[in-house]
Amino acid sequence: MSGVAHDQSGAEVGPGHSDSPFIQHHFDDGAHQFESGKLGIWLFLGQEVLFFSALFVAYIIYRHNHPEIFEYAHKYLDVKMGAINTGVLILSSLSAAWAVRAAQLNQQRLLIFCLVVTLLCAFGFLGIKYVEYSAKVHHHTLFGKRFAPHEAPDGTEIEQPDGNPGKDAAGKPTAKEPLNTVGGVKAQPVDGSKGPPPGTAPVVPGDPSASKEEPASSQAGVGVLPALEAQKDAGAKIDTEAGARPPPNTGMFFTIYFLMTGLHGVHVLAGVFVFIWLLWRATKGHFGPRYYGPIDFAALYWHLVDLIWIFLFPLLYLIA
Amino acid sequence: MLQYLLTFVVLAQPAPAPAGADKPATEQAQPAGDKGKAETAGDKGKAETAGDKGKAETAGNPCDKNAPRPANKPKKTLPPVGARTDLGAGSYWMPPANSDLATHVDSLFIAILAISIFCFVGITIAVVYFAWKYRHRAGHKAQESSSHNDPLEITWTIIPSIICVIIFLVGWKGFVDLNTPPRHAYEITVVAEKWKWSYKYPNGWVDENLHVPVGEPVRLVMRSKDVLHSFWVPSFRVKQDVIPNRYTKIWFEAKTPGVYRQYCAEYCGDRHSFMKSLVVVHPPGGFKHYMEEAEQALLDMPPVELGEYLYAARGCNQCHSTDGTTKTGPSWKGIFGETHQTSAGSVQVDENYIRESILDPTAKVRAGFNPVMPTFKGQLKDEQIDGLITYIKCLK
Amino acid sequence: MATAATSPHSHDTGVHGDPPEPSYLTVKRGFRNWIVTLDHKRIGVMYLIGITTSFLLGGVFALLVRTELFLPGSQLVNEAQYNQLFTLHGAIMVFLVIIPGLPAALGNFSLPIVLGAPDVAFPRLNLFSFYLWCTGAALMLLSLIVNAADTGWTFYTPYSTTTGTAVVPAVAGAFVLGFSSIFTGLNFIVTIHKFKPKGMGWFQMPLNLWGIYSTALLQVLATPVLGITLLLLLVERIGRIGIFDPALGGDPVLFQHFFWFYSHPAVYIMILPAMAVMSDLITTFSHKPIFGYRFIAYSSIGLAALSFLVWGHHMFVSGQSRLASMVFSALTFTVAIPSAIKVFNWVATLYKADITLKTPMLYALSFILLFTIGGLTGVFLGALSVDVHLHDTYFVVAHFHYVMMGSALIAFLGALHYWWPKMFGRMFNERVGQVCAVLVFIGFNTTFLPQFVMGARGMARRYFDYDPEFTIFHQVSTVGAFLMGITLVVSFGNLIYSLFRGKRAPRNPWGGSTLEWQAPSPPPLYNFYAHEQPTLYPIYDYTDLYYDEQEGGWLRRKHKAEAETP
Repeated sequence: MSGVAHDQSGAEVGPGHSDSPFIQHHFDDGAHQFESGKLGIWLFLGQEVLFFSALFVAYIIYRHNHPEIFEYAHKYLDVKMGAINTGVLILSSLSAAWAVRAAQLNQQRLLIFCLVVTLLCAFGFLGIKYVEYSAKVHHHTLFGKRFAPHEAPDGTEIEQPDGNPGKDAAGKPTAKEPLNTVGGVKAQPVDGSKGPPPGTAPVVPGDPSASKEEPASSQAGVGVLPALEAQKDAGAKIDTEAGARPPPNTGMFFTIYFLMTGLHGVHVLAGVFVFIWLLWRATKGHFGPRYYGPIDFAALYWHLVDLIWIFLFPLLYLIA
Repeated sequence: MLQYLLTFVVLAQPAPAPAGADKPATEQAQPAGDKGKAETAGDKGKAETAGDKGKAETAGNPCDKNAPRPANKPKKTLPPVGARTDLGAGSYWMPPANSDLATHVDSLFIAILAISIFCFVGITIAVVYFAWKYRHRAGHKAQESSSHNDPLEITWTIIPSIICVIIFLVGWKGFVDLNTPPRHAYEITVVAEKWKWSYKYPNGWVDENLHVPVGEPVRLVMRSKDVLHSFWVPSFRVKQDVIPNRYTKIWFEAKTPGVYRQYCAEYCGDRHSFMKSLVVVHPPGGFKHYMEEAEQALLDMPPVELGEYLYAARGCNQCHSTDGTTKTGPSWKGIFGETHQTSAGSVQVDENYIRESILDPTAKVRAGFNPVMPTFKGQLKDEQIDGLITYIKCLK
Repeated sequence: MATAATSPHSHDTGVHGDPPEPSYLTVKRGFRNWIVTLDHKRIGVMYLIGITTSFLLGGVFALLVRTELFLPGSQLVNEAQYNQLFTLHGAIMVFLVIIPGLPAALGNFSLPIVLGAPDVAFPRLNLFSFYLWCTGAALMLLSLIVNAADTGWTFYTPYSTTTGTAVVPAVAGAFVLGFSSIFTGLNFIVTIHKFKPKGMGWFQMPLNLWGIYSTALLQVLATPVLGITLLLLLVERIGRIGIFDPALGGDPVLFQHFFWFYSHPAVYIMILPAMAVMSDLITTFSHKPIFGYRFIAYSSIGLAALSFLVWGHHMFVSGQSRLASMVFSALTFTVAIPSAIKVFNWVATLYKADITLKTPMLYALSFILLFTIGGLTGVFLGALSVDVHLHDTYFVVAHFHYVMMGSALIAFLGALHYWWPKMFGRMFNERVGQVCAVLVFIGFNTTFLPQFVMGARGMARRYFDYDPEFTIFHQVSTVGAFLMGITLVVSFGNLIYSLFRGKRAPRNPWGGSTLEWQAPSPPPLYNFYAHEQPTLYPIYDYTDLYYDEQEGGWLRRKHKAEAETP
């Protein structure tokens, strides 16, 4: 904010030259507007990272507590498609960065070309995601209780639960267990699983009446724990070999998958709208060395979107 | 003797509920004066006629609680719970301290209170005094004073820090004690659901109040059937959230016999404030005796009494009345033998339908009601279901 | 000798000739011009209208709650309706009033002027934030109209995912309000970084700005976590994805972690601007520099940073591990110390000062005392074993009302009275203001002091009905609430009345040393007349300020010299 005005590329705006018409009046000059916008977009990206953070935390917690679910279910994902999408996004980041450079060097045609490439890549990404999502709908590998595939990842048939409708709308099991089942006492956590759903306390579900004499009747003081009971019903084997049933609550993997890729996809879509707007403005010649802030900031946003995908891809698709 | 049992049923109810829920119990609690003829509920015990529609009268009317009993098996009754002993006792700030943890908590509380009052009074005096002494008046000006003073600032940083560290350490120690039950603690299972507490004892007895022995550590293993609840006994200063699909634990050792209030301390919906029970601390020998009585009473009750007891103890009274009032669920009065429209067509209310409604309540939901009844599968023995069926049968 | 006609700012008000420029209030009149304004002052005023309206609505719910609780059993409503009342009271007050309150309404107005700048960094974003606030408010109203949510403002699962009330609009409203908050914070950070005048380094900034800055950091970094948490809640409720559903492998306690990770910093979003504004007020009405400027500045940032580390102290009995509880308790005590030192600094500022007990100062002194109580009662709750007993009781309710209402809201009222003459060019009735300030203090303590006692004695919170031994406490509390409510309405009435009948305000009615007191009251569109840019003085330097009778306000000695030259 010295006495001399500067435009966005740092050149002096001397008397007789005018700065870009897009410099707003409350800023001293183009440089002031650009620096402010830069700080603003970085803050925005910071909050975007935090916006995604809870999903990453949920991923970490659930994978730590139930690795078998992730190991089993990730095989339903098509690594090839994921890899293509990764490449597409990296390419689009390149074109976005190049667009900034083109604007700085007043290469208007190159600028428009780069923006178009970025948009095409974004559409490509969304298209591939659509293909992936529809495959999941088709195979019933969806979130939560909607996870009901007929085939295991390697294609073998999965035995469906016998007459067990699984869980009702409230998440309570509707299975008609025999009256004398004492779920909480007898249904020990199945092998390989870590017992009750993940929580932050290391709770051992165990047999609460173990320290006392056996109850007089089969209905001891403990009632049925729905989830443990469902685990019993859903199949006692956490066996990822062919033909075996998926581990209980495998739907949780797809819950996390759809949340993360879905939220990411929403951000890609938002980026599409931004780049369409930029493309329109570029065709009108708004941008140049004196004013290229919007391209720079949008490209930064796009780099973050790309970066988030670069985390998602190995975490979801490349589980060892 | 019948009154004792009936009184127990009355006192074992959850705290004051809107009119309707209490009716059956209060009706029965009228001092009959004539022992053995306590049928004040009106629609029970009519040995003749009406009664069971379509059922052949057998020699012993199942609805008559006073039917002659075998000579060698006198009726077992449970002692009444008695009034709360934690009212009016205790200090200005706290209910009576009835556990070692409670004493620790109170000491720390009073210490923090003393420090807080000291600080607050000091600051108030300073503020009021300065506001008066340095008030603006003609000719008064602000005097030169430094805008920082290292020794003062260091002092008023270090001293509060030290105090905070001490408070933290003492609080932590008490917390660890709260979470470390002794090995030999007596274990009781607690099930929380909207909106009642069930305490399940090792001998199979299910009570709606928590009975514990004095001077012995008791460990509660708790779970919820639906949403979050929290088990809290102010007199013991213990509290722990109760979570669905997970067990949480808490322990305490009661020091003094008596009857203490227990609350739900995590918001859980409409009747959250009514979800309370009593902790009955028995004097030495009393708890063992109570458990024996309970076990015996359970085995010994005639079905209709068993049904009536379960109606209150297992919380059916939260949603079903016995006097015709429609609540969340239909009233039981007079329904046996009736034909109802349900979500699965027309149905006659018979033993099978009642049993199914207890075990699989959403199978045939009566028209005009929502499918909100929880299942009791795995929680009621066959004899208990029989008792409920008989009780419903007998509600004219 | 300066006469009325030649008093330096006599032309401001148009009484002696036209002002050089119209004020921001009168330039381009009409509803349509206001609704698309880019002027930070107009946006601030619009926020103010929305926020005070929401406050009155939330207050009505509070009085309904307190009336219902006057006796055990049902007085006005049934238990289901009661649950809706306290939920709406909490959600409105937290999301619509206290979180946006100081930053959006008063910060928007004052920040650029205090910097001597024409506007905030991103005026269009500012307007967009306001539209988001309106949208969030509309969604909350929608919930209220359809079947008000009954989950408590904390939306704990599994109750919030299974109850039949209109949770979705309420949660969606809070989500949208979150983004309003984020963008406001973003705007303020950039404004403070990029629009400081020459000569105002970081440590020459008024403390008000340090508060706004730290708050803005929290708004940008903490609120997104609320956003994703509420989004997860919505998806869980609508789509049953299972992330918080134990029957599908999810964890209801995870919701609490996510929720409190934002909501603890949120309470610092509420208190930091309050503390900062109070610092400015206290120094102005003490007519001497604040004691310990650097410490107060650093502690604002320090509290913001530490606030991210203590969320687990809301969950000591929720089922988290003992180790986690221990760590959170320890960190909670570290947060207590800077707050305590701030209180000492404010009191030390009063020493050897020249104190005028005008309405804003009375609110500031109330703030000191009520914040002390609020902070000290936080110590009870930070101590693990004591918290086990006090958690989810009225002790907690009283604690947070002391810090959220007794401190943040009182600070808001003080700041509102402080800047009212600047915003609207009118003086409110000082005597009425002073009496109301005292009555609010009395009413507030009457309402909430008994709640500490009954909480410790066994009164759980969110209770529609209660055991009879608590009746007297509830009754005293209800009486206090009505006293407070009536007084608050009167004080708002006093302010609104001044818009029509108040004396015209001078530029500097209180003797403040910061830049906004050099602007006309009310300011023109770009805050200062084009020919009259403000002069930056050393921070909190009162040596040249004097009260001028003709002006009816305070002037700097330089002005006096100017006025006297022929």
